Amino acid sequence: MTPEEEAELKRRQKSRNLVLAGTLIFFVVLFYLITIARLGSQ
Amino acid sequence: MSTSPSSTPDRALLQGGEPVRAAQPLPAEWRDFFALTKPRVMTLVIFTAICGLLAAPGSIHPILGFTAVLAIAMGAGGSAVLNQWWEADLDAGMKRTANRPLPGGRLHRDDARDFGLFLSAASLVLMGLAIGWLAAALLLAAIIYYAVIYTMWLKPRTPQNIVIGGGAGAFPPLIGWVAVTGEVTAMPVLLFAIIFMWTPPHFWALALFVKTDYAKVGIPMLPVVAGERTTRNHIWVYTLLLAPFTVAPWVIGGTSWIYGTTAVALSLLFIALALPVARRDAVMGAGDPMLEEIRLFKFSIVYLFVLFAALVADRVLEAQGLIGPGILAGGIA
Repeated sequence: MTPEEEAELKRRQKSRNLVLAGTLIFFVVLFYLITIARLGSQ
Repeated sequence: MSTSPSSTPDRALLQGGEPVRAAQPLPAEWRDFFALTKPRVMTLVIFTAICGLLAAPGSIHPILGFTAVLAIAMGAGGSAVLNQWWEADLDAGMKRTANRPLPGGRLHRDDARDFGLFLSAASLVLMGLAIGWLAAALLLAAIIYYAVIYTMWLKPRTPQNIVIGGGAGAFPPLIGWVAVTGEVTAMPVLLFAIIFMWTPPHFWALALFVKTDYAKVGIPMLPVVAGERTTRNHIWVYTLLLAPFTVAPWVIGGTSWIYGTTAVALSLLFIALALPVARRDAVMGAGDPMLEEIRLFKFSIVYLFVLFAALVADRVLEAQGLIGPGILAGGIA
């Protein structure tokens, strides 16, 4: 793997990891809010 | 021609027989995964789902309403991914789709399948836990309808594929409605029927003026298999069939005069625009600008947006006591 390919590999891994982390945080917050909403309606 | 995965010994083999993973050692971009979910198609799915949600009697907590729409969007995205996973060979043979992530070689086919299955499963779990299992069951039906019944079974076998395929796009308002009410009644079924009957004239009007490569890859689209005269007749018949379904929510007392008058006006316009299309014999590529067909196609999009917007406006104004039920609705309801 050339240095350019390695840099591109790391860039792609980093962007995928960031998107995945953002998605996970989003769903953690969403499930918290869903729980509050459902508890509130009971 | 076969669309079956078994048609190639290795699912990674696409154009030129080169394994995608060998030719593309880098991991796929997240944007390619996102592109697989057909974001542009999803806007209509989200719009009709929100309309079903807002038009339903009763109320839903905003967070739960958002979650229901998100789950519907995830389910639609998951089935779109599975559609492209199954049709990667076909997409590679058509100009319009050749640059999608899979035929373009930017994504491994197995990764797409796993992503589609995960997204579909996650949408069902989210809908079931947050909203209810009836809505989740309908979402499952929608995913199976699009990814299996339409994509794998009917699309390569019958020129009526788009008629039956229209059912897949008809689920979102039904699911949105059920997310609020928790039950399937006549109104959400009518919303389903409206989109179901609307899809054929909408799609076939497009097929009359946009040349596709479906024939090249063996997909039996109506204009290719039965000819343009038959397609025009079908557009006319489905336009006439659509009208009573569009007006029905008003007639059964499910809406007030705002939706009722909008539905009647839109139906008359649709019929008025479909008539010249049905009577003409112009053929694509023969020098005719196909203005009538283009006009009908563009109007069909406006038609659906305005109709559903009227449905929501009707419900919102009625809930605030600003309008009463219409004459017909008042007599029957």
